[in-house]
Amino acid sequence: MSAIVLFMAGIAAIAGWWLSQQRLGAKPWLEEGALGEFRGGSASPLPAAKLGLGVFLAVVGSLFALFISAYLMRMESIDWRALPVPRVLWFNTAVLIVSSGALQSAVIAARRDDADRVLLGLLAGAVAAVVFLIGQLLAWQQLNAAGYFLAANPANAFFYLITAVHGLHLLGGLVVLGRTTVRAWRGVATPRLRLSVELCAMYWHFLLLVWLVLLVLLTGWADDFAAICRQLLS
Amino acid sequence: MAVAIIILLVAVASVLFHLFSPWWWTPIASNWRYIDDTITMTFWITGAVFFAVVAFMAYCVFRFHHKEGRRADYEPENKRLESWLTIGTAVGVGAMLAPGLLVWHQFVTVPADATEVEVMGQQWRWSYRLPGKDGRLGTSDARNVSSDNPMGLNPKDSNGQDDVIIESDDLHLPVGKPVKVLLRSIDVLHDFYVPEFRAKMDMVPGSVTYFWFTPTRTGTFEVLCAELCGVAHAQMRSKVIVQEEKDYHAWLGQQQTFAELLDQRRLAKASYTIGSE
Amino acid sequence: MVDVHSDVLIGMPPAEVGEVDLYHPRSWWTKYVFSQDAKIIAVQYSVTAMAIGMVALVLSWLMRLQLGFPGVFSFIDANQYLQFITMHGMIMVIYLLTALFLGGFGNYLIPLMVGARDMVFPYANMLSYWIYLLAVLVLVATFFVPGGPTGAGWTLYPPQSVLSGTPGQEAGIVLMLLSLILFIIGFTMGGLNYVVTVLQARTRGMTLMRMPLTVWGIFTATVMALLAFPALFVAAVMMLFDRLLGTSFFMPSLVEMGQQMKYGGGSPLLFQHLFWFFGHPEVYIVALPAFGIVSDLISTHARKNIFGYRMMVWAIVGIGALSFVVWAHHMYVSGMNPKFGFFFATTTLIIAVPTAIKVYNWVLTLWRGDIHLTTPMLFALAFIITFVNGGLTGLFLGNVVVDVPLSDTMFVVAHFHMVMGVAPIMVVFGAIYHWYPKVTGRMLDETLGRIHFWVTFLGAYAVFFPMHYLGLLGMPRRYHDIGETAFIPASAHDLNAFMSVAALVVGAAQLVFVFNLIWSLSRGKEAGGNPWGATTLEWQTPETPPAHGNWGKELPVVYRWAYDYSVPGAIRDFIPQNEPPNRFEPQGAHS
Repeated sequence: MSAIVLFMAGIAAIAGWWLSQQRLGAKPWLEEGALGEFRGGSASPLPAAKLGLGVFLAVVGSLFALFISAYLMRMESIDWRALPVPRVLWFNTAVLIVSSGALQSAVIAARRDDADRVLLGLLAGAVAAVVFLIGQLLAWQQLNAAGYFLAANPANAFFYLITAVHGLHLLGGLVVLGRTTVRAWRGVATPRLRLSVELCAMYWHFLLLVWLVLLVLLTGWADDFAAICRQLLS
Repeated sequence: MAVAIIILLVAVASVLFHLFSPWWWTPIASNWRYIDDTITMTFWITGAVFFAVVAFMAYCVFRFHHKEGRRADYEPENKRLESWLTIGTAVGVGAMLAPGLLVWHQFVTVPADATEVEVMGQQWRWSYRLPGKDGRLGTSDARNVSSDNPMGLNPKDSNGQDDVIIESDDLHLPVGKPVKVLLRSIDVLHDFYVPEFRAKMDMVPGSVTYFWFTPTRTGTFEVLCAELCGVAHAQMRSKVIVQEEKDYHAWLGQQQTFAELLDQRRLAKASYTIGSE
Repeated sequence: MVDVHSDVLIGMPPAEVGEVDLYHPRSWWTKYVFSQDAKIIAVQYSVTAMAIGMVALVLSWLMRLQLGFPGVFSFIDANQYLQFITMHGMIMVIYLLTALFLGGFGNYLIPLMVGARDMVFPYANMLSYWIYLLAVLVLVATFFVPGGPTGAGWTLYPPQSVLSGTPGQEAGIVLMLLSLILFIIGFTMGGLNYVVTVLQARTRGMTLMRMPLTVWGIFTATVMALLAFPALFVAAVMMLFDRLLGTSFFMPSLVEMGQQMKYGGGSPLLFQHLFWFFGHPEVYIVALPAFGIVSDLISTHARKNIFGYRMMVWAIVGIGALSFVVWAHHMYVSGMNPKFGFFFATTTLIIAVPTAIKVYNWVLTLWRGDIHLTTPMLFALAFIITFVNGGLTGLFLGNVVVDVPLSDTMFVVAHFHMVMGVAPIMVVFGAIYHWYPKVTGRMLDETLGRIHFWVTFLGAYAVFFPMHYLGLLGMPRRYHDIGETAFIPASAHDLNAFMSVAALVVGAAQLVFVFNLIWSLSRGKEAGGNPWGATTLEWQTPETPPAHGNWGKELPVVYRWAYDYSVPGAIRDFIPQNEPPNRFEPQGAHS
């Protein structure tokens, strides 16, 4: 459970930092009067949707941290036999980076009010994400063909499960991205699209980050790290 | 008024119930008297806090309930009072935790001279295994389980050949000798629970758990399963019989070893096959 | 309203109207059924939660009948008994308490108390309810599938829960896991709303330290739930894989009824870690809203500010944070590495300190108060008694070595029923008696309320207090029939029978409550806008029940904290949060 505890510590640090800005030490009964007289404590200036997505990403982060915890915990057993990483994963990773980058370019274009570039970025991002998903399916197929079935051993099961959960999250993101792209296609004014584009990009970057962490884990690079953690705990 | 009295009565009745309750723990039969002591002490501390808080509440309700013209005090906080209460609570909690952790340290530190005894749970019965003359238990695995080898011992492990197998019968233990109870299960979670011994631990398929204790008096004690294990959970019973050393050895001499059991079963099977031909 | 020197202080423009963003229902369907108004959603959540809660109540009667009079009722066998305990526990903890506190009270109170027009994502809020309803229906469906609902205990520990020795192994467990997954998805949608509304939609002047503790409690609990429910989600998904696709996440190699299974290499303890990583925060997800609400009830009905508001806030936040590092105290005897016992016993007992502070501050709020013994106040007092009782027995079970003899006995059952069953339910009732006038515009009947209160409180106490002693005696939990057991005296059976009778009486008293709810809807006394003389914003709405959009044309502006009761020099014994300073109107002006 080390991964999730670390993750929670991170969340706690963020929450603690935020709370420290909120003057929790104030004596509210002495502070009668209009708000302007007292520093801090006003509602967040961020748009609700952005804040909402931020909180949602914390939830998704918690979900993946838990999968990773479970993975690390199971990995400790002696009978753990990791499965070979299909080459195509490297290609997929590159594609996902491209996808994320394309969406970032759409964000930059949206800030400059460049409608064509926004559409281009969104389309490129969506196409790359679809390619990534197809690549993931290909990876599954290759593993299956090589005899690494889902139920054959826990390492396989974890591989399929975790990649599936990540893929499903990307698929859900694609629905939203698709809607935004359609709106851009139809010529909705760029300033009105900007928030949606930013939200998509934020989600994509997050999923890219999650994927990189998962990749490190699934390729076994995390083994040494896990070994260190284990020593720290025991 | 009535409310205040009833609240106070709840507190008084709870204390009286505690003092006069005929339902109390079973007489202890192991070395874990410290656990009982920790519980008793926890009862005193928590009981005092419970009574104090509820009685204080009853007094407040009695003294400050609404009357025409009453007005509440205005007191947002009282730093000193709050600090003292916090410190007091921390001390009280520490007073319960410290002995608890000390006893836990004993609980998880198995003495070197403890003899190993294995308890195996399966739906819904108990089996036991004692080390043979070599004093060591052989390895086992759920994958070895078959009708000939119901406990799943490793047939190739020489340590296991002289292990004493007790199926569907009671476990006997010598009094005054520390025992390390190794626990395993071949299907679901179980929990080897003898109330008089105080100690218990879940049995987890796929791994071996343990606890230790020293039986301190002779007698027959009922074994229950304390971890939900399916529909006949409540019927999963057995007995532990703690005896004087001499009686124990007499009993041990009559038990069969793994090797004997295996031979017997093979023999029985062979004769059955011959007979049927 | 005319006041010469208030210009400087209240000379700020009214808060934004926010009309543009507000969703407007167009038809009867979108107004009352597929509504996006948090107040309607709150009522939908509450009614659904209470309806499924009634099912759980009936299950508890059946369980008590079996325990009190084993063998008498031939229609209850071991299979059914296990199914009853499982469904009872699951429904009460998740589908009733979590849904009611967060989905019900959260939806109703957060926007009103922070001075918002609605939740920030009304559409997701609506979806949240409908997915919750679907989860409940899937749960109910398990009663009607072959094999019935799962009987694995509410903890659903594998391998048992997916093997054939347990009832409901065929379809019950699958549907149960699906229902949980749905619940979590639905809750996440609602939870995002509650959190972001508190963060982002507070009205002018509503600083965090001016929020009522109810909002603090629900807010913190929601944050915890959002972070903790994924653990249950992960566990449920992995178990579904094990059950349906033959993977071995939680399944070691094992022998089922003499047959070798093809599972191998999984870890049952992994499930327990995941489950309790959710399960322990869950206790506080239920408790923190109760803490918050009861603080407001006590303060309002004792006409006194909550004592030590700052400490109360810090304690809520501290408990919320700490509750993520105590989960394994449910696993002291699970066979995990015993060294963890030291760590988790320590963290568990540390959490007792902020909890105790909360209790002190509640009773100190009563001190020199002006205690109105209304039904909500009675329930609040009963909450303190039962919570202190259950909290203190938690010190037994949290202290690792004391837990060893007591774990898996009736002591545990008594403890968690007292602390997270009876105590939060007391708050639920108190809160309903308190806010029903705002929701419906009519008061609940006080006499019926008192009857309901005394029977429920004393009855529930009579059920669960003696139960601890059966646990001390060594009576294990989840036994449908203890049968002939040497160390169980005959008197213990009598005690069991007594508890069963008490439980039936308590259950019957809930019918009085349901009757009161329905009867008062049309016959209750007109409540007016602020019958309790409370300070918080929800009582200051221009209309009662609050209209769509809550606040009429202008959002309220907040000038003070939520607890200005009996302020020296003030004429009335309360000053609403939206009342500008230095304006103690002449007597009778606001009567």
